[in-house]
Amino acid sequence: MTAADVPAARRRQLPVRLLLVAGVVLVAVGVLAVAGLQGSLVYYRTTSELVADPELPGQRVRLGGLVVAGTVETTAEGVRFELTDGVQDVPVVNTGQPRGVFQEGQGAVVEGILGTDGVFRSDVLLVRHDNEYRAPADGTGRPAEDGG
Amino acid sequence: MTSPSHGTVDRLLCAATAVVASLAVALALVVAPTDAVQGEPQRLMYVHVPAAWLAYLAFAAVLVASVAHLLTRDLRWDRRAQASAELGVGMTALAIALGGIWGRPVWGVWWVWDPRLVTTAVLLLVYVGYLGVRGLGDDRAAGARRAAAVGILGFINVPVVHFSVVWWRTLHQPATVLSPDPAPMDPWMAAALATAVVAFTLAGALMVRRRLRVLASADAPTAEAPRPPTDAPAEALVVVPRIRR
Repeated sequence: MTAADVPAARRRQLPVRLLLVAGVVLVAVGVLAVAGLQGSLVYYRTTSELVADPELPGQRVRLGGLVVAGTVETTAEGVRFELTDGVQDVPVVNTGQPRGVFQEGQGAVVEGILGTDGVFRSDVLLVRHDNEYRAPADGTGRPAEDGG
Repeated sequence: MTSPSHGTVDRLLCAATAVVASLAVALALVVAPTDAVQGEPQRLMYVHVPAAWLAYLAFAAVLVASVAHLLTRDLRWDRRAQASAELGVGMTALAIALGGIWGRPVWGVWWVWDPRLVTTAVLLLVYVGYLGVRGLGDDRAAGARRAAAVGILGFINVPVVHFSVVWWRTLHQPATVLSPDPAPMDPWMAAALATAVVAFTLAGALMVRRRLRVLASADAPTAEAPRPPTDAPAEALVVVPRIRR
């Protein structure tokens, strides 16, 4: 069809250009994959993993879990609360400003180091909300099921 | 003069899009309640999710059209693949941008290197690459075949993006509706979301149809030559003046 009309010389240039573009795409994807997924295939550790792994204390890691209801308090150091995966609770002191919709009973991911005293000191706090969407039950801004 | 079938379908699509989109705006901004946890920013769901859905749908269309092109070598299938890919790239970029605007007030950050966001960025790059590959060299038919190969292989990433929130730990929440483990959603929120998805899908179909006519006119002088003479000039007469001026 039309391929036959194109001079052979023109078609011979293609592999070089194709390789160049393929190379650029590969490098871009590779950089993304290494920079991104290396640290984030396990985007955060659970509280049980943090406590069980002897390598993790002293290292800067991300820790995720649910903010235990009734544990959030503002101190001179920052916001203090406990994160849990339902099995293991870890006390956290976050010196950074809590952003997002941080609240008790919701998920949070903190970045920092577990100290020898068992307290996780973080300077980055992200909110990990769930996939349920509902209206406030009573105008307090809280769903009814979140009470307990 | 416009061929009556094209014009009628387009006008119907256009009217349907306008009606459904207006309904979606009313449902999303007025009827649907404010989310208990996230507050007003949660309303971004009604544009973020449809954009992602339309991107998936467009890339599925690229897959089907690419297979059809390799089987038939018909450039009409290649144009369908290209128009769908252009829509998909736009919608992926839109979903990423809207996700950032949603993430900043709710998560606290515009962007995180979590698997959902990274795989979505890769998806965007792959299909930008797909559009780039088509233009390599002057051989229209060879470019179409290369693009078809990328269009088929690239689709592998779509389920990876969708299930990234299930397969890996992410900051991004799992899907609520299209999920192996659906979660509760307020019925009015669900209605707003469903209506917005239909509105996006209609608008996407309209855009692809219009783009297809532009692409057909670009192919017309060479590739369309073997087509029956009654068909080709009619299309060329419609589109060329409208686009070039």
